[in-house]
Amino acid sequence: MNFGLSDDEKALQESARKFAREVMRPKAAHHDETSTFPVDIIRQGSELGLMNMTIPAEFGGMELPHVAQAIVAEEISWGCAGMATSMIANDLALLPIIIGASKEQKERLLRPFTTGFKLVSFALTEPGAGSDVAGMRCTARREGDFYVVNGQKQWITNGEYADQFTLFCTTDPTKRHKGIMCLAVEGRPAGLTVGKHENKMGQRASNTVTLTFEDVKVPVANRIGEEGEGFMIAMATLDNSRPLTAMFAIGIARAAMEHAIDYAKQRTQFGKPIADFQAIQFMIADMAADIEAARLLTYKSAWLLDDGQRNTLISSYAKRFAADMGMKAATDAVQIFGGYGYSREYPVEKLMRDAKLVQIYEGTSQVQRIVIARELLKGI
Amino acid sequence: MPLKILVTAKRVEDSESKIKVNPAGTGIVGEGLKYKINPFDEIGVEEALRLTAKHGGEVVVVSVGTKDVHEQLRHALAMGATKAIWVNHTGPLDQLGVAACLQKVAEKEKPDLCILGKQAIDDDQNQVGQYLAEWLGWSQATFASKEESLESDAEKTKTPAIKLSADGKRVTVVREVDGGLQTIDSPLPCVATTELRLNQPRYASLPGIMKAKSKPIEELTPAGLGVDVTPKLTVTKMIPPPARKAGIKVPDVAALIEKLKNEAKAI
Amino acid sequence: MGNVLIVVEANTDGSLRKATLNAITAGQQLAKATGGAVHAIALAKDATALANQVKEYGVTVHAASGAQFEHAIVENWAPAIAAAAQAISAEWVGGAATAIGRDVLPRVAAKLKAVMASEILSVEGSGADVSFTRPMWAGAVIATVKLAGPVKCFTVRATEFAAAEKSGAGEVKVFAAPAQDKQLSTFVGFKEVKSARPALTEAKVVVSGGRGTKGDFKPIEGLADELGAAVGASRAVCDAGWQPNDLQVGQTGKVVAPALYIAAGISGAIQHVAGMKSSKTIVAINKDGEAPIFQIADYGLVADLFKALPEMQAAIKAAK
Repeated sequence: MNFGLSDDEKALQESARKFAREVMRPKAAHHDETSTFPVDIIRQGSELGLMNMTIPAEFGGMELPHVAQAIVAEEISWGCAGMATSMIANDLALLPIIIGASKEQKERLLRPFTTGFKLVSFALTEPGAGSDVAGMRCTARREGDFYVVNGQKQWITNGEYADQFTLFCTTDPTKRHKGIMCLAVEGRPAGLTVGKHENKMGQRASNTVTLTFEDVKVPVANRIGEEGEGFMIAMATLDNSRPLTAMFAIGIARAAMEHAIDYAKQRTQFGKPIADFQAIQFMIADMAADIEAARLLTYKSAWLLDDGQRNTLISSYAKRFAADMGMKAATDAVQIFGGYGYSREYPVEKLMRDAKLVQIYEGTSQVQRIVIARELLKGI
Repeated sequence: MPLKILVTAKRVEDSESKIKVNPAGTGIVGEGLKYKINPFDEIGVEEALRLTAKHGGEVVVVSVGTKDVHEQLRHALAMGATKAIWVNHTGPLDQLGVAACLQKVAEKEKPDLCILGKQAIDDDQNQVGQYLAEWLGWSQATFASKEESLESDAEKTKTPAIKLSADGKRVTVVREVDGGLQTIDSPLPCVATTELRLNQPRYASLPGIMKAKSKPIEELTPAGLGVDVTPKLTVTKMIPPPARKAGIKVPDVAALIEKLKNEAKAI
Repeated sequence: MGNVLIVVEANTDGSLRKATLNAITAGQQLAKATGGAVHAIALAKDATALANQVKEYGVTVHAASGAQFEHAIVENWAPAIAAAAQAISAEWVGGAATAIGRDVLPRVAAKLKAVMASEILSVEGSGADVSFTRPMWAGAVIATVKLAGPVKCFTVRATEFAAAEKSGAGEVKVFAAPAQDKQLSTFVGFKEVKSARPALTEAKVVVSGGRGTKGDFKPIEGLADELGAAVGASRAVCDAGWQPNDLQVGQTGKVVAPALYIAAGISGAIQHVAGMKSSKTIVAINKDGEAPIFQIADYGLVADLFKALPEMQAAIKAAK
């Protein structure tokens, strides 16, 4: 067993950390307050290779191991979780193509991401189908060489700016998960309407919209896998991306802890720094131990993928544990800051709002528990 | 006119690290310290990369120290340097030792230009570039800077601030001096040192980091270079800076003015 | 033995630069500690007038005149200084840690195969035990350093040494300088960074603003103008692009030691403190009563700078 990072991993971490510290963080409060999409920062992140990390070398990508991707995810979410969500959104939306597409499709749909700055959105969730993916109502009807898509997709990250969409829809809603298929939608075909940017509680730098499809024609050549394989592709995608999402909580928690430590050392009450009080010390000690535990669990969930093993169970442990841990750490950091923590002048309340979303997206903490229980009780 | 440029990558404590003197006063507390490339050297690497991007050529990065300096060499390689030279040395080293090693490396590599950080942020000496220029008998252009701000288009387009003449035999350097900016014209070969405002170094990209793995690091030693690095400068003691004793708080502006006028006699 | 050679610097108008006087004081301390005399070398197109100014401070001034000494091109200055050092058998060669001093003296040291200490803060001990203190790690450490060899070089942090007093006992000698170095840089131009306010490093009063200004320097500038003060800024302010970098006070910016330093909206990070802690009187104005700047301030006022500074400005104006 080896818990150390390799020299490469350290170098990647250093690079991502520097970008997070010098580029993302200074702008985090601004984009949070204005809820604007920092396209220049995202572009810079793309140029540095902090996005599209998953693309195989065969198609010009870095094919970064999952552990290395997780390391990057922690750093950029430390910089700003909203921006990190927008950056990793590309990896999330490219994964179905990597998992399910033909070689010809990969060449066509992946390579452009390695040669220039492009955004792609993962479009799975619907107004009426969140945790219940199989309940989706967005339909695709085949007409010759095209599918005609109708329906709505909600909470679509980067949707307003995306050059491509990885769309999940169904050929027959009554078939539930067996009817789902995956389509790559390029550009802005006629009939696709992008709704207005959601006014979110946290992660406000990330662009989030609703997509409406009205008789949108998508070439059959852009179908990823077969009809009916969409659910499997989506689940495999989430197995791959779950470690990264878990890492977001860790990045947020680490930022919260660092702020809390700095503040506790500076702030004096009753004639001494509040860091001298056990009530504060215990909160910080818990944060540190929980962060480390979450990180190790998440590294393991990523390592399993690098090792070619299925990681559904462990990555659900990681996502569930890390997301809940992140929320607690950020809440405790606000507590340590007291009144200042509740003020927008200080950075911790943003972290608390950002952390909340990690418990919700890409499988709520409750869904993770369902997955865990299902895995554990399978044989019974 | 392709240029060969030699740059340095000293390993120093991260400027964000808290530096504390150890209780014995013999050095600093090493625990918890992070290391990185000297930021002024990193600016030198950036300038060299911009120059070679414009004029062609190669960038050779050198560092003197233990194997740990590979990390800094790899960083420069990940930024885009062509190859690295590691002068393997363990133990104390002063600026003369470093400059002597660099002199031999420069004589071996025959660059057109050496770009060094004006100083390292650990010993803050600001000397090695000047020693190197003298010992090589080259022209010297310290404190290279530029008129354009770091927000300017010239910076955004990564235009080199050090300008190569049309015949490729001289460089024009804008130097940060007291009271303003001095422009000088220096014949090549030349040793330049960098100011903070020369440029904003690029980030090492992830693909750059992966590529750096396969770039060569040549190993040399001071003995092999024929250099005696016995230090002439010894640090005999280190202490933290004296703390200033706390003053008083005044309730309002009127009280402050009164104190400044009558007690401190400062206004 | 123990002779000291100090490099003289002039202002752009030809007058003697103040920092040279601080360097002469360091030279006097060294000469006393090692039993030598203080010499100086003035290099200029015509160095006579400059040398005559320096003579007043009781040193032997070697006047090196020649068109090549204009603009302090190092390849011209260094060989002349090195030759003068050899001519007087100097054990110590130094000058102020100005841009010129920092450029030229290491090259002089290299010529003399001498070791050098930069930005010394004090001279300690005597005879063979002479050592210097100097800052390392941006002032987080004060190191005592000992230099070996027959000749040693140094630059002086001017704020740490008092200016030499006039004693009138010196003399001026004409120094015939040797040939310049072969690889010669040439002067192209000089662009002065103009400011109606006094230079940050020379001002008697400095008013600095930090993050608390949120980029609005009007109150800082208003008070500075009322006091005839220079304007400074913290690193955070310069990093944010609110003020140009050359206003930055701190270890990576300018080191200042005015009679009065007013820090407004500056928290007091060690980086900033390193650049101003030698100021005679420090005033801190900050909304946050816990800001570390109050630990080093002689007078602290917990107040909003946007209210306090205009009030001060008005009070000072009224008292005039």
